[in-house]
Order: sequence, then structure tokens, then C-alpha cells
Amino acid sequence: MPEPLLELDGIARAFPGVLANDDISFSVGKGEIHALLGENGAGKSTLVKIIYGVLRPDAGAMTLRGKPFAPHRPSEARAEGIGMIFQHFSLFEALTVAENIALGMAPELAKGDLRGRIVEVSTRYGLRLDPDLMVGDLSVGQRQRVEIVRCLLQDPQLIIMDEPTSVLTPQEVEVLFETLRRLAGEGCSILYISHKLEEIRALCDHATILRGGKVVATCTPAEETARSLAEMMLGESLSPPATDRRTPGEVRLRLDGLSMASETQFGTDLEDIALEVRSGEIVGIAGVAGNGQTLLMSALIGEVRAARPDAIRLDGRPIGRLPPHGRRKAGICFVPEERLGHAAVPDMSLTENVILSARMRKNLSRNSFLNLQRAARYAGDVVARFGVKTAGVDHAARSLSGGNLQKFVVGREIMQEPSVLVASQPTWGVDAGAAAFIQEALIQLAKDGTAVLVISQDLDELFAISDRIAVIANGRLSAADPVDTLTIEQIGLRMGGQARGRANAPGAAEPAHA
Amino acid sequence: MLRLEPRREPSKAMQVLTPVFAVALTIIAGLVLFTILGKDPFRAIWLIFFEPLTQTYALAELTVKGTPLILIGAGLAMGFRAGVWNIGAEGQFVAGALAGGSVALALHETAGLWIMPLMCLAGMLGGMAWAAVPAFLRTRFNANEILTSLMLVYVAILLLSALVHGPLRDPEGLNFPESRLFSESMTLPILIEGTRAHVGFILALLAIAVAWLFMERHLLGFQIKVQGQAPLAARFAGYSEKRIVWLCLLTSGALAGLAGTIEAAGPVGQLVPALPIGYGFTAIIVAFLGRLHPFGILLGGLLMALTYIGGEAAQIAMSLPSATTRVFQGMLLFFLLAMDVLVGSRIRWAPRQAAG
Ligand SMILES: Nc1ncnc2c1ncn2[C@@H]1O[C@H](COP(=O)(O)OP(=O)(O)OP(=O)(O)O)[C@@H](O)[C@H]1O
Ligand SMILES: [Mg+2]
Repeated sequence: MPEPLLELDGIARAFPGVLANDDISFSVGKGEIHALLGENGAGKSTLVKIIYGVLRPDAGAMTLRGKPFAPHRPSEARAEGIGMIFQHFSLFEALTVAENIALGMAPELAKGDLRGRIVEVSTRYGLRLDPDLMVGDLSVGQRQRVEIVRCLLQDPQLIIMDEPTSVLTPQEVEVLFETLRRLAGEGCSILYISHKLEEIRALCDHATILRGGKVVATCTPAEETARSLAEMMLGESLSPPATDRRTPGEVRLRLDGLSMASETQFGTDLEDIALEVRSGEIVGIAGVAGNGQTLLMSALIGEVRAARPDAIRLDGRPIGRLPPHGRRKAGICFVPEERLGHAAVPDMSLTENVILSARMRKNLSRNSFLNLQRAARYAGDVVARFGVKTAGVDHAARSLSGGNLQKFVVGREIMQEPSVLVASQPTWGVDAGAAAFIQEALIQLAKDGTAVLVISQDLDELFAISDRIAVIANGRLSAADPVDTLTIEQIGLRMGGQARGRANAPGAAEPAHA
Repeated sequence: MLRLEPRREPSKAMQVLTPVFAVALTIIAGLVLFTILGKDPFRAIWLIFFEPLTQTYALAELTVKGTPLILIGAGLAMGFRAGVWNIGAEGQFVAGALAGGSVALALHETAGLWIMPLMCLAGMLGGMAWAAVPAFLRTRFNANEILTSLMLVYVAILLLSALVHGPLRDPEGLNFPESRLFSESMTLPILIEGTRAHVGFILALLAIAVAWLFMERHLLGFQIKVQGQAPLAARFAGYSEKRIVWLCLLTSGALAGLAGTIEAAGPVGQLVPALPIGYGFTAIIVAFLGRLHPFGILLGGLLMALTYIGGEAAQIAMSLPSATTRVFQGMLLFFLLAMDVLVGSRIRWAPRQAAG
């Protein structure tokens, strides 16, 4: 056992209605890669926010290198050598890599030959990064590198990563892991949160498992199976998801010649997208983030209207120029990728948040007056069926943990029983048990005759649930081939090998798997 | 170096309490100010904030001044919730007074119970027409409604002045720039005999109730809140931003226009160039003082009315400068905004090197 770097002793933190952290004690050794595991709402993010000085504990104490440690804000934690990579990047698209890095650093560190140091650190750890590129031209994996390099430049002794790989391709994950292993070899400790248990097994030396805010187990992940890890997290045994195939029926969703110019400077245009999704089947769209998925989703939702009505047809009916609520009424529902701020209003209650997208199909208003009782009941139904952990439907969406909000948003759409469901990253950030549950709900929905379209970067997931898979790259969609004719490696190469970036930004054409 | 750090969880109780603290701080600052001016500070504060509450006449005046503030504030708050910044309610107030007043003047030889509602309707349409201009410019050309609505205030005031100097001038009025006095069926019925309290206040209370119902229970109110809090979610739901901009500007314009007509047909009783005395601007303070919530706006409107009445009383009794009222209203807004910053974040003294 290496000497401890960070020790936690009896950390507790309550939020209204929940004890998010309850008497948590464990230690992270020097040079150790330590996993923090737990189902959604177990209190992982809360705990690392306490370590990073974003939140204050109600009780308990921490020591860092044997000395008492109680950061009151992130800058204090950073000064003590703690770095954190959040899942959502805080980068400015219109600035270069070097400018972004300088902005996020303590001023005296940003002085001197910053560019030189960026190049040095990024080559030392195999994170190739050109300091002069615009962040807007970078892929998600490259953006994460910017965050990591920024973190490394401050000579951290502990790096905290909260679900860092949910947006990366398999190849990018490999690069990240090599970097992390090298850092650990040099004595830097890493506290790693992920729901991807295979990754944990491959990467981490130790794991602390949380359930309901308490430490319930510690283990050495390499000696466990993904299954046994999941069972420790949930405290119950899991059944693998059913994978029987369905027989597809008639075409419900048809895209034909769907082209669209991006609304933003750095976005990807859609070019001549064609696709058919039949009743009873699940079609997956694989692709590295930033290849047109966002715009495709907007086009399907109706946030941006298509040029021609018949570019999008629902059960034969042209809906390309209908607004979102008109499309929902016609029978299509959507789960957008970004749950907070797009799929849900952060400061509104769950009750109000079901009104957002389920008003039409669930009759949540009469004569334009809201029926709050019905809405509360529907929100309650979603919470109950999808096992959303919340203190009540009158609590704000913001107060839910990431995975629980995801379950709520997915459940809100599935329970409307649409004839077509389009879901982007439906299991993003949810724990293994909930992911299996959501996947099964999608499969069941397809069985009942819905045409399901899933846009995701998670190839394992696409292969587990899809009947056919297409790849989106640079705003173009390939044909959707049956899964039995494809391998994960083929698809992975097809989506990773096709560089993202616009023709006019040659520097951005660095392959994402480099 | 002083730094502001956002707080993670601003407390609900603090949001309700800040207006109370802001009032307290205003009073304290007022005490200091009057001491420096060499006036008896306690008497001045007593005259401004407390004495009016002890007299029936002043209480009635409270409703007279409160009526336009509450009406306009309720409309503005709706837009502010959606991120639509109508700063030009003063102009819509004048346009409404002109429209309602013109109806009255055109019918000056007629009598009947139907005239008053007709004037109110015309006033609302006038205010709406004035607010439609910034709405059109914003939705069509993406022009900032703060600037356009504000500039239209001066156009409206000049228009009023031009009209009462010309076509609307009282033919028997010895060339004074004033319209004819409104007749009995063109003035608002008095609520309490011997005071100026009129039925406009009932309308203001009604507007508050309707605004509450609209914001908390109606789909459009819901859309307004979603648009203001999470524009992307509003897009996801399919709410049209343009429609919301039009809705907010037209509604706040209508309420300001109604307030203008009520002012002309109530306490003033005719059209005069000096009709606009800043209710449209003060109502912005009222809206924020009331936390953009209808019930809060009712209280905020009455509080601001108090500073008008008390300020005037103190001016006369203690020969204070005529800017006293405005200074107090300004301080109130200043302290409210400052308190808001402190609720949303906290001030820290950070040595330079730790800043990051
Ligand atoms: N700001 C907050 N206000 C109220 N409750 C909160 C707040 N933040 C977290 N919680 C609650 O604390 C509990 C733990 O949340 P936390 O975000 O730490 O979970 P997590 O383990 O990170 O879950 P996930 O895997 O879904 O991200 C949840 O029940 C959540 O609803
Ligand atoms: Mg989390």
C-alpha cells in the first residue's frame, strides 16, 4: 500500500431531503488510480466537489499529505496541487488553445513561455495539442486534452475526473488511459469516477463503492468482474438485458435529402441525409461528437425547420416544416443530449418539466390552462417507473444527480408511447443498472411498435440494442447496415478515422485517434 | 483584491428578505444624508416613510399613486421574466393617455356609462401601438428593445406636448397648453368621499390577480418563464421566441396605456404636457422590488407610492430640495441591486496569487 496522499474521515453533506454523503472515510495513495463507484445519486459528484472546494462538508475532516485540508474554494484546492476535469468543459470556442489555457490558470503561472510549456507537457504525455488552434475546431476528445493539459501545467498531485470518458471514442479512451497510467507512474494520484465498469477494471488500482451516500465496499477492480462490481453498487443481482430481435414493420420515420446549414460558426452542416426507421426496430447512429449530431437532432425536433416538408416524413406524412409541438402531436418524441438547460429547465420543478414536452400527448393543459395535478401525477409516474431518486416532484431539476435527471428525461418521453422516438445518448451518465433498465425500456418500446432512433457515441450500447447502425461523419450519414454484418472495430474506425473539422480549417484535420 | 464568487445555492428566504433589507439600508442612508444636509434626520424619515400611514387622506393618495405603478409594474415584470426589457413604459403610458384622452375629448358632449370603458380600451390600444414598434424592430431586425423602447419615450412626450399645444387644446382655455376638462362620465368614480382614491385602484388589484393566474397557471405564462430561464428548453418545447416577445411587449404596453388613461381620467382630469411624471420608470424599480412576482409588485407599488407622498410632504414641511423623492427611489434601487449581488455571490478578500 503506497503512503496516503489524501485521507477522508467521516465526511458528511446533506441537501434538503437527502443525505448525499454520510460518514465517508477512505484514502487515496500516492501514485494510485482510485475509482469512485456508485449508482446514480450515490453521492460521488458531491464528494469530489467537497475535495475540490466547490462544496463544504457538514461534518468530517480531510488531510492532505498528513496535514489538515479544508479548501473553501477551488483556487485553494488548486494551490494545494489538486486538479479537476469536469465532464462539461469550460472553454471558449473562439479562442485558441493557448489562450484558453492561460485564462483558466492562476495569473502568475500563465506568465512566461506558456506556449512552449504547453507543447512540452503535451508531448511528454502523448497528448498532441497545437497551442495555436481554435478550440472551436477541435473534437471533443481534443477539447478534453486542453483541460487535461491545463490541469497538468499546474503540477497537480491529485487529479479528479468526473465521468471523463462518456464523450470519447474507444481510441481516444485508450490515449487517455495511457496518459493516466504514465501520470500515476510519476507519482500523481488520480480519483476517477465512471459508470463504465470495464474501464474501471482496466485502469484502476483500488475502488471505493458508494451507495446511498455511504461507503459500502472497497475492492481491487482487476479481481472483480463488471457484473460483481455492478452488484456491489446496487446491492442486488443483475439480469443481462434481453437481446432477442424483433421483426420490423412498415416505415414510420423517413429522412430524404435532408440538408441544412449549421447555425453556428463552428458547427457541421448536414448534407443530404437519408434514412428509414421501421416500426419495431432500433436504428443506431454512431459518430464522434461534433459531426452533425446536434444539428440532426435539432432538425428532427423541429427547432430548425427543414427546407422542404417532405425531407422528414412521419408515417408518410411530411413534417419537415412543423414546429416541435406539432411533431409531438403527430407522434414523435425526443430525448436531446444535453439534459440540463435543453431537455429540462434547471430551476423548474419536475412537475413543470413534464409540461415542457408531454403537454400535448398527456393532456396536461385544458383551454391553455395548466393542469398541475395531472402534471404532478405524470411526473410521479415517471419517477416511480424509472426509479428516479428525488425528494419529490416539486423539487427543481437541478437538484437531481446527473444520472437521475437522465432517467427522468428519458422516462418522460418513453412513457408518452410515441410512434417514433429519437434519443441522443440515452444512457449518458447513468449507472449500469439504470442503463440496462433504459435499454430494456427502449427495446420494449420497439416491441410495442415504435420506431426507435438512437444517436450515440457508445458503440457497446449501440451494438447491444440496435438492429441496424449507420455512421455520421462530417455531416454525412452512411447507409444503415444490420448489426450482424458489422464489428465494433469497423464502426469505431469509420467514425474515428474520418477526421472532424471543416474544409477551411486544415489544422483541425488531425485525426481524433492520433 | 476584492472578488465576487457565485454562491451555489442562493437561499429562498434571502430573496424574499432582500427588499426588506434594501428599505432598511435606504432609511439608514437617508438618515446620514439629512444629517449632512443639516436637517433633522429622524423627522425627515418619519415624514417620508411613516407619517403618511397615519392619515386617511394620505392612505387614499397611496392608492392614487400606487395604481399606475402597480399596473405598469405587473406588465413589465412579465417581460422581465422572459428576458424582454421594455424600458419605455413611460412612453406607452403617454400614448395610452393620449388615446384614451382623445376619445374623451371627441365625445365631450355625450354622457353615458359606456364612455369610460371605451376610453380604457383606447388607452390600452394606444399603449400597445407604442410598444408594437420595439416588438417589431426586435423580432424583425433583432434591434435591442431597451434602446428602441426608451427612445420612443421622448417621442411620445413631445407628441403629447405638440397635441395639447395644437389640436387638443381647450378652445375656451385662454391659450393655455391644456385640453378641455373631462366631464363627469369621463372621470373615474371616487371610492372614498373627500379623497382622490378612485376605482382605478380596483382595476390595479384585478390586474394583479389576473397576472398571478396568468403567470402561474396559464400556458403562456409558463412559456414566458421557460423562455427567460432556459431559452434552449423553450426551443425544445417549441415555444416561439418571437411570439413571446410580441406578447410581453403588447401586454406591458397595454397595461402602461391603461395606466396613462386612468391617470388622465382620474387625478388629473384632462390632458396636460406635465402628465408623465416618471411612473413608467419608477415601475421598473417596483417590478424588481416585487421580485417580479405579482403580489410582490402590489407591495412594491405601494411602497414607491409612499416615497412619492412622503417625499412631497417632507419637502414642504422641511423645505427640502425637490429631488428628495427621486434620490430615495434611486437609493432603493441601488441597495436592492447591491443586496441581490450579495445574495447571489459573496465577496471575498483574495490575495492576488490565490486568484484564479
Ligand atoms: N444542489 C443540490 N441540491 C439538492 N440536492 C442535491 C444537490 N446536489 C446533489 N443533490 C442530491 O444529492 C444526492 C447525490 O448527488 P450526486 O450528484 O453526488 O450523485 P452522483 O453519485 O454523482 O450521481 P450520478 O452518477 O447520477 O452523477 C442526489 O440524491 C442528489 O439529488
Ligand atoms: Mg455525478
